[in-house]
Parts: sequence; C-alpha cells; structure tokens
Amino acid sequence: MDFNDTPEEAKFRSEAREWLTANARQRDTSNAKASVSNKSEAERLVRAKQWQALKAEAGYAAITWPTEYGGRGGTSIQSVIYSQEEANFDVPRGFFEIGLGMCIPTMMKWATPEQNERYVKPALFGEEVWCQLFSEPAAGSDVAGLRTKCERDGDDWIINGQKVWTSGAHFCDYGIIVTRSDPTVPKHKGLTFFFLDMKTPGIEIRPIKQISGGAGFNEVFFNDVRVPDSQRLGDVGEGWKVSLTTLMNERLAIGGGSGVDHEELLKLARETELEEGPAIKDSNVREKLADWYVQSQGLKYTKFRTLTALSKGQVPGAESSIGKIVSGPKMQDLGSFAMDIQGQGGILQDGDESPMGAAFQNQWLGAAGYRIAGGTDEILRNIVSEQVLGLPQDIRVDKKVPFNELASNSKK
Amino acid sequence: MNFDFSDDQKMLKDQARKFLEDKCSYADVRTVLESDASHHDDVWQGLCDLGFTGAAIPEEYGGLGLGALELCVVAEELGRCAAPVPFSSSIYMAAEALKLGGSEALKQAWLPKLASGEIIGTLAAAEGPAAPSPRNTKTTFANGKLNGRKLPVPDGETASVAIVLANTGGAGEQAVSLVVVDLTQSSVTRSSVETIDPTRGHAEINFEDADATLLGVAGEGWALMKRVEAGAAVLVAFEQVGGTEAALHMAKDYSLDRYAFGRQIGSYQAIKHKLADMYVKLELARSNAYYGAMVLAQEGADLELAAASARISATEAYRFAAQECIQVHGGIGFTWEANPQFHYRRSKLLALSLGSASRWKNRLVAELEKSNVA
Repeated sequence: MDFNDTPEEAKFRSEAREWLTANARQRDTSNAKASVSNKSEAERLVRAKQWQALKAEAGYAAITWPTEYGGRGGTSIQSVIYSQEEANFDVPRGFFEIGLGMCIPTMMKWATPEQNERYVKPALFGEEVWCQLFSEPAAGSDVAGLRTKCERDGDDWIINGQKVWTSGAHFCDYGIIVTRSDPTVPKHKGLTFFFLDMKTPGIEIRPIKQISGGAGFNEVFFNDVRVPDSQRLGDVGEGWKVSLTTLMNERLAIGGGSGVDHEELLKLARETELEEGPAIKDSNVREKLADWYVQSQGLKYTKFRTLTALSKGQVPGAESSIGKIVSGPKMQDLGSFAMDIQGQGGILQDGDESPMGAAFQNQWLGAAGYRIAGGTDEILRNIVSEQVLGLPQDIRVDKKVPFNELASNSKK
Repeated sequence: MNFDFSDDQKMLKDQARKFLEDKCSYADVRTVLESDASHHDDVWQGLCDLGFTGAAIPEEYGGLGLGALELCVVAEELGRCAAPVPFSSSIYMAAEALKLGGSEALKQAWLPKLASGEIIGTLAAAEGPAAPSPRNTKTTFANGKLNGRKLPVPDGETASVAIVLANTGGAGEQAVSLVVVDLTQSSVTRSSVETIDPTRGHAEINFEDADATLLGVAGEGWALMKRVEAGAAVLVAFEQVGGTEAALHMAKDYSLDRYAFGRQIGSYQAIKHKLADMYVKLELARSNAYYGAMVLAQEGADLELAAASARISATEAYRFAAQECIQVHGGIGFTWEANPQFHYRRSKLLALSLGSASRWKNRLVAELEKSNVA
C-alpha cells in the first residue's frame, strides 16, 4: 500500500510537469486561495483561449479522447495526473469544462462524422466555447419536466421557451439543448435534442445575479428560434436518451469543491482572540476543526482509492459518488463557523477588513449554490441509495401520464 | 497510486470472513450475551488456530511475522460480525505494547503465548468513570509491587497477563509508567462487571502488592500508552468500519423486506437518505482507516494524526449506522430478540474503549498545531 506512481505514470507525470514548467507560471501557494483575479471576464476569456490552444497543441487538453478528435488517446489515470500537476500552476480555468466535459462528448456520440470534423477541434483548441441548455424555471432536479417546445417547419425546427442556470451562455458560441417535441406522450418520450449557434436570431441572454454577487449563470430565452433539422442529435422523441449521455458526463465535469478549508480555519483560529483567549484553545473550535479535517482527509483518500482502481485499469467503485454530498455542506458550515469566530465582525464582507480577503464570507454565500448545482444534496442521496445501495425508486405519478395532463405549478 | 490492500491481504480477509460467517453468526454472539461467558471460546480458538492472533508478531516470538495491514483486514471482519472475542485486548493492546516497549526477556516470556492464543492479555488503564490520565491514576508501582484498582478492564476475568498504567512518582506526564503483571498470582483479585456490551467481558481487578515488571522506561508510560493507543485506534477503526457496513446492510435488507402504507419502506426518501448518509460516513471512515493502516504499516511519523483521523471518522460512522439501524427497524429493532442491538452496544463500547471522540479530536488538533506552525 503506497501512493507511488507506476514507472509509466511517473514518466508521464514528469513529462507533464516539464511541459507545464516551460509554459506556465508556478502557483503562488502562500496566498493562493485569497487571491482573486481583478481582470474582467472578457480579458480572462482571451487568456483562457490562448492557454487552451497551447495545451491542445501539446496533447494535454483531452487526454482520454481518441487521437482522430485531437485527443491523446491516453488513460483516465494520465488525465488525473495531468490535472494534479496543472493544479500547481497558475493557469486559466472555468471556461471550457462544460463544453469539453459534457457538450462535445455528447456530440461525439450523436453527431455525424462531418459535424464532429467541423466542431470538435475548434472546441478543443478553445476557439469555440459551448454551453448546455437543460434546466428550466419549472424543470430543475426534474429536468425531464422541461417545457421549451420545438415544432417542425419544413427542414427546420422552431424553438420557443426559456432555459435557466445556463453557465457561460453570454460568452458561448454554441450550445446543446433539449426541448419538448410532443406534449401528448409521457414526459421522457416527447423530447428532442439539438445543437445550435448561440448567435441565432431570437435567442436572448440575460445574466442571473446570484446572492454571492456573481453572475456566472444566465436565463436564455428562445423566441421563434430556427434550427435546421440537420442539427438534431438522435431521433425525434429520443432526446432523453441523448440527454443521458450529457448527464453521465456531468458528475465527471463538476469538479470537487475548492475554497477555504481546515487549513484556513486553523490559521483563523490561531489569529483570533476570543473572550477566554485564542480561538484555537476553545474546545468547541477544536472539535469542529477536527471534524472538518477528518472529512477533508476522508474525501482526499476516497479519491486516492478511485485513482488506485484507475491506475490498475479497473472500474472505480461507487465511493466517488460521496464527494459533493460531503463537500457542499462542509464548505457552507465551515464558512459559517469561521464567521462565528469573528463575532459581530463576522458580518463584514470586506476584502481589507475581513480575514483572508473575506474568503469565509464569500464561501458561505457561494456554497449555498454549490449544494444545488449539478445535482442537489437530495438528488445525490437518491442516486446513492438507488444506484449504489439498490433501493427502489420513489413511486412515480408522472411516468405513464401524457406530459400535458400532469399536475404542475400552472395546472394543479 | 496503489492505495489498496494486496491480493494476499485480501485473501486473508476472505479467509477470516468465511470462518466468521460460519462460526460467528449473530446467534453465536447471542450465546455470549445471554450467558456469563466472557467471550466465545470456540470462535476464539478457531481464530488462534488460523494464526490470526500471531499475524503481526515476529516469527522469533512464535508469530507469522506479517504486518499491521494483515491485522487490519482481520479486524474489519471481526467488527463486521461483532465478534465476542478478546482479540483487541490480547493483540492490539497487550502484544503491541510488549512489541513496542518490552525488553527481550518480557517479549520472550509473553509474546509466544499471546501469538498462539495459549493465554489472553489485556491493558488496564481506567480506574472508574473518568478518562485515565497521569493525574488521576491512583494505582501505584514501587519496589516491584503493584497496588490499586482498575475498572473496567477488557477481558480482565480471563486474561493471564495485563499491561497496567501505574503511578511511579514522577511529575506531570512523567508520573506514570506501564508495568507487566501476571494476573494469575494470588495478590490479584478480580470479578466481572456489568457493561453496556455483555458480548465482551470486562472486570474489576484489585492489586495488593502484586509482583510486576516495568515495561519500557519509568516515567515514560504515558507516551508509550499513547503510541499503543494510536496503533490500536487504527485497528479498532477497521473493526468499526466492518461493523458500520454490517449495520448498513442489516438496515437496508430490512427496509426492502418491510412494507408500510402499501410499499417497501426502503422506497421512502426519509429512509433512503438515512441509508445514503450511512454509506457516505462509511466510505469516509474506510478511506481514513486505509490511510491510518498505511502509516501504521510504514511506521510513519504522522501516525498520531492518521490514527486520530481514522478513529474519529470510524467512531462517527459506526455510531450513526448502529443507532439508525435500530430506527429503520422500528419497534422490532428495540427488542431483545432482534440483532441490531449487537452493533448498537458494540459501537458505543468501541467508541469509548480507547477514549472518547472528543479526546481524540483534541489529540488531532494538537498534532495540527505542531505540523502547521504559522
């Protein structure tokens, strides 16, 4: 039992490290988590595109993809090793994960060879950015309850409706979308899937301001948006099947939580005086610190168990499904507790006054969303209990009923 | 990355599991619950015959000369069936303390008998309802004689040798030492005590001028005991992981079997989410236990931190799984005839046997303070 690389893995790691050292700047770990880029999103996107092109050229952008799509034809463990190494460098992140993690894999499975020839490489090289248009105001966890409709018109389809929580729609070039083509059949059977140009007339994008102040998500409105039938993925009415390809990739694309953790809490507890002395000597603080340390370590070593399976060429066990269930509430509770330690001053969200650039306050606000995005805590528990433990699905009242006869917010 | 047990170790685990499935069902555990027996002798003899007791004892002292990882896989299986045997007292505590602190003569005298299971050993630290510490240890050792009262002592009625925490007159943490005592001498009297888990015998032991031998260096007993506890914490964590998994499966099976309001109770989210939470805690505990095992086997410098993490995580997982297993069962789960009680009892016993979670959280943070000097 050890954490060592196999000789092949070690060789790949040193190649990746060498390439990163030659092409990127080492991360300043002394103040990494508190540092927030003050560049505009547009400036960061330009830099991210340059970096993506460089990375793709070197064969590190899509390590597990086949070579004909510009990938490396490598293994999952190589992909993980590269990510581990890249984490030590200050490189742009946050623009291509959804496109390359979810949209393009869906294209690769369902689009024509000509379409993939046209779209995959530009996405890989960062020339075109993709978004995923699934959630709707009335279809969140129950995404198959979506209402955006598509109607056939000659060789085209006309799309009307609204999507929501679309990450990055405002800077994306293309999107994948699932729509309702037939409301008279049960809900999973009446869906049809497309990809489309986000500049198509009739698409209107409005940013959603979150409680954290950020606006990474959008509402996207479709008003008589015309999409050629050639951009349909899968058969008419088979959109749910196509969606499953995307959703299966979602768990892989939504990474583990980052942000302030037990190390920062320890630092804060050392530097903060309570009535009775330093916070680090308070038994309540010590218990909480230990609990979160143990959770973080547990998640880290759970990942190592998954990596061990990948390293041996085995299929990882179900243990990786616990990650977000643990890290979401931990981020929120740890942020909240760190604010408690700061007393009334904990309400300050001031980069200069608040410890670590208000990282705890920012995390407390942001984590409320992290517990919802990409599968709520509750949906993830359903997944664990059904897919890992084999418990039955809840009794469903919506499975065999035509979609337009279901109870909904507008029709109770 | 090779963060897993080897194929040989997994085979050993399989062997332990098959033996215990055959010989140590809940019905077998129940015979100990419902009798005055301190442990299940057939199960214990079987484990000794298979060589598990001697697994981590060097060959020169009659063991198999394997390592901590082999003990870990056996421990998980012992925990899974809530085995009513003195394995932890005799091996994780007594034998490990002798291996770590014993002179050649002490090792020669005791380890071969512990390895073969010919005798049982234990470690006696507590003196009533308070966590043992150098300050409250009233038992004394002077001029080769031990005097005092220890309570509760695991397997204290059946053990032939005990490692005892005793005051030897120093100051602060140097006030205590560990000594080795032959429990069969006439100056030792003992009687069984009632505990929350009668499947594991415990006793009160009185020493009146009992002959004893210093283990290790005088005044360093506290440090040595903490090191023994750290190793045992990892091994017990594996027992807790095994117990957690058993309680989870017991609850899951019942939730699939039991119908209420016209459907399996396992189809209700209130039950599903409870079981999912058991699974999450189990996997966190398993991962922390694996790291503890690796550090213990490599005798790594951060054993204290790794052991505390393994123990805190596994204690929480077993606590939750055992108590919620009864809850999932409803009324039947609270009856004497049902099996959830075995894990409910054992989870609390193990949670306290090496000191409470609070104590270990304090130990963990003390390590963080050392390793992360700002």
